[in-house]
Amino acid sequence: MINVDLAAETVRDLNQRLHDLPADTNERAWRIVNPKGAHALVAGLDRPVEVRIEGHVGYYCAGMNKQASVTIDGHCGVGVAENIMSGAVRVKGNASQSAGASGQGGLLVIEGDAAARCGISMKGVTIVVGGSVGHMSAFMAQTGNLVICGDAGQSLGDSIYEAKLYVQGKVESLGADCIEKKMTPHHIAKLERLLAEAGIKADARKFRRFGSARKLYNFHVDHADAY
Amino acid sequence: MCGIVGLFLKNPALRPQLGKHLSTMLIGMTDRGPDSAGIAVYHKPVGDSQCKLTLFHADPNYHWRSIGGQMGEDLSAEVDTEVKGNHVVLTVTSDEAIVRRWLKQHHPEVRVMGYGQLMEVYKDMGLPAEVIDKYSVRAMEGTHAIGHTRMATESAVTTEHSHPFTAASDMCLVHNGSLSNHNNLRKWLRARGHEFETDNDSEVAARYFAQRMDEGASLPEALEAGLRDLDGFYTFTMGTRDGFAVLRDAISCKPAVLAETDDYVAMASEFRSLANLPGVDKASIWEPKPAVVYTWSLQ
Amino acid sequence: MSVDPRGLRPSATFPPNVIAEIQRAADQGLYEIRGFGAKRKLPTFDDLVFLGASVSRYPLEGYREKCATDVWLGTRFAKKPIHLKIPITIAGMSFGALGANAKEAIGRACTEMGTSSTTGDGGMTEEERRSSKTLVYQVLPSRYGLNPDDLRRCDAIEVVVGQGAKPGGGGMLLGMKITERVAAMRRLPVGIDQRSACRHPDWTGPDDLTIKIQELREITNWEKPIYVKVGATRTRYDVALAVKAGADVVVVDGMQGGTAATQDVFIEHVGIPTLPAVRLAVEALQELDMHRKVQLIVSGGIRSGADAGKAIAMGADAVAIGSATMVALGCNKPVYIEDYHKLDTEPGMCHHCHTGRCPVGVTTQDPELQKRLSPEQGARWLRNYLSVMVLELQTVARACGKSHVHNLEPDDLVALTVEAAAMAKVPLAGTDWIPGNGRF
Repeated sequence: MINVDLAAETVRDLNQRLHDLPADTNERAWRIVNPKGAHALVAGLDRPVEVRIEGHVGYYCAGMNKQASVTIDGHCGVGVAENIMSGAVRVKGNASQSAGASGQGGLLVIEGDAAARCGISMKGVTIVVGGSVGHMSAFMAQTGNLVICGDAGQSLGDSIYEAKLYVQGKVESLGADCIEKKMTPHHIAKLERLLAEAGIKADARKFRRFGSARKLYNFHVDHADAY
Repeated sequence: MCGIVGLFLKNPALRPQLGKHLSTMLIGMTDRGPDSAGIAVYHKPVGDSQCKLTLFHADPNYHWRSIGGQMGEDLSAEVDTEVKGNHVVLTVTSDEAIVRRWLKQHHPEVRVMGYGQLMEVYKDMGLPAEVIDKYSVRAMEGTHAIGHTRMATESAVTTEHSHPFTAASDMCLVHNGSLSNHNNLRKWLRARGHEFETDNDSEVAARYFAQRMDEGASLPEALEAGLRDLDGFYTFTMGTRDGFAVLRDAISCKPAVLAETDDYVAMASEFRSLANLPGVDKASIWEPKPAVVYTWSLQ
Repeated sequence: MSVDPRGLRPSATFPPNVIAEIQRAADQGLYEIRGFGAKRKLPTFDDLVFLGASVSRYPLEGYREKCATDVWLGTRFAKKPIHLKIPITIAGMSFGALGANAKEAIGRACTEMGTSSTTGDGGMTEEERRSSKTLVYQVLPSRYGLNPDDLRRCDAIEVVVGQGAKPGGGGMLLGMKITERVAAMRRLPVGIDQRSACRHPDWTGPDDLTIKIQELREITNWEKPIYVKVGATRTRYDVALAVKAGADVVVVDGMQGGTAATQDVFIEHVGIPTLPAVRLAVEALQELDMHRKVQLIVSGGIRSGADAGKAIAMGADAVAIGSATMVALGCNKPVYIEDYHKLDTEPGMCHHCHTGRCPVGVTTQDPELQKRLSPEQGARWLRNYLSVMVLELQTVARACGKSHVHNLEPDDLVALTVEAAAMAKVPLAGTDWIPGNGRF
């Protein structure tokens, strides 16, 4: 286990160390303490390492993550795991806005609540939230899965493309072109897999499914109101 | 280009530490605003026949005592002066409107940072940690406070565009974001007698809320009116005699985090400013919803 | 019985164009979407002229007496700033808007000429990375195709806040251009009309842009220059904010800047011309004592070495060309005339990039149409055009007595119209007068 104390080392040095690891590194377990809300912590990782951060992190933690497995034992700021490509990021506390923004793959788990714009512009990532999400979540969500065990704020899935949304709690309101869809055994089985992958216990049968009505796929004057 | 913070102590036992906690919160916002910092503290209430004003001049050796003396004579009032850095806190046995009018006539070069019966406002250049040291913020006690750290966007770093902006007795505002219709609002407010020190959108917001409250609106009503009339992106934290309020616009892109326990409510642009508050690990942490007025008061 | 032409009075308020547009809107209920840049007449660099050598200034001989053209970009923070041989770069244009052949042609020409090309709203293609030695990688609100591998293998990163054609608008690509390949890169369904965000998903405002730039630097270990691109509107303020947010380079795109597709109302009515934008940007940099330390790239209707020279004389470090690049590749060339007619247009007036039916194979995904532009032919055309631009630039610079084009200065220019004098803040020719010197 490699221990890094950010009270003694800089974020820059830590990130450089992690970026410089050889592809076949055996320095695979990292524990980071005293993050104190630092930004861009462990951003741009591209190694099969496991990183545990004890404390609260700032913006863009694990941004553009590839391969690595990052756990944040605390809260995180804006854009955690933004543009994640693969690997997994887990937040044990709450996430701020734009969690998983434009994520293309991999898994993002938020055990607490996520704030506004969770999964905005998502492009393939799987996001599982143990708590609730804020307004404008899944805005322009192109593809991927967003699972919400709590409630969703206003305008869920506004302007959604092909991403799939599953919500257990209340949905304050749906955004443009986002509608409720049927939960079939296929969807329930899929959701059970996603919850298991995320290590979150919930009954898939209690969830509702939401997705695109596909009315905005080609501009038509009758839908001008939605723009 | 900034960070904002607000702290409201529900538990009187914590009041001696108001300044200590505010300092930690403000320093947490240094990255967002390294050029200047400002705070408004609510403490040391003066008597009913008195008012308190915080004044500023760039010259640290400004002749405050003689001004105080002159004011006392002209207004037949008792004037107490307490100099702090580039600021002075005047306690005057008179009405604040009368004092401000006198200052405008006789000393227009002096800037009135705040006025009322509780509120003191300090704004100065430098890193938050430097401003905190200069004004001995750590030692301050009180019921509530708001603060702001600024990254200057014009070349001349002065305190002129610094927040908090005061617009009424014991009322001031800090703002993170950018309004889009403040120029028209400024004209509307000027037509109602408001005078502006800057072309800053945040000053427009402060005077707008003051205008609404002048018209008889309560604080929540004034904020609701703001949701209608102010356009753009904003997180506002407003300090008032009794407490503070937080408001985000309907789109809510600018950040805001709240932490609440039985002992306090704290607000900041980033969680890192709240991370060292006592008991924050057990606090309820959430981000305010768009277009919802949040207020906390001592009553 | 014929109409007496003397009695015919055209309306300046409702000319044929406007009448046609109102009736089209009435028929379709859709705003007009088109490509290209602002077509209306605007004060441009044409309204400025150089004060060449005379008795008081001496010129340099062509060829022998050097007039250097190189420029360094990204010297503020980047570990690996870029050194270009010429101060003319190719602006961001997406794969999706342009076909693969056009992108490759651009890459090859840039490599030969020692300059950079730029990806667009769709990500980096292999053809472009392979063919272009110096490649600038855009980070846009849509984040289509954005990934850390491309971030690490690019030579500079350009955070796009906006572009001149549509400051405040997002990208647009209509269904007929969302082919399988484009759709796969963007992770969109094939054939739909792409809707795009106008704001970035994970930051809004200069304070949060500062943190975003920091993240991009961390991911790339502080190696790459970071550009911030804005469409010209409140340019002085925007450039100051970009500098404060930590940019190495600021790119300012005036309203003449082109697009492959956006609403006509955006193109013609939002944003300011390049001419005043250059001046505002330079003043913002000078006020912060950052002129030349944070480099300025200017784009939006740059067409010749003369334009480049004037922009540089006003204080830009380099210019970028977009529409002119396409024209060099054949845009609006009078060939395949019947295909222009199919689009209801004529060569010289075509702005139909959004249809994907580009008659000369530039802004199309159609494989048949793309055959009309081979990468080799396109590269040759573009390389030739860039060479001519550089020669023109050096010619005017030498005539003004400069051994490096960066030594061109505003005092080498005068204006031919009052508007240009006011916008560029150079005197009206023959006078000392700079109008509007009051509030600036």
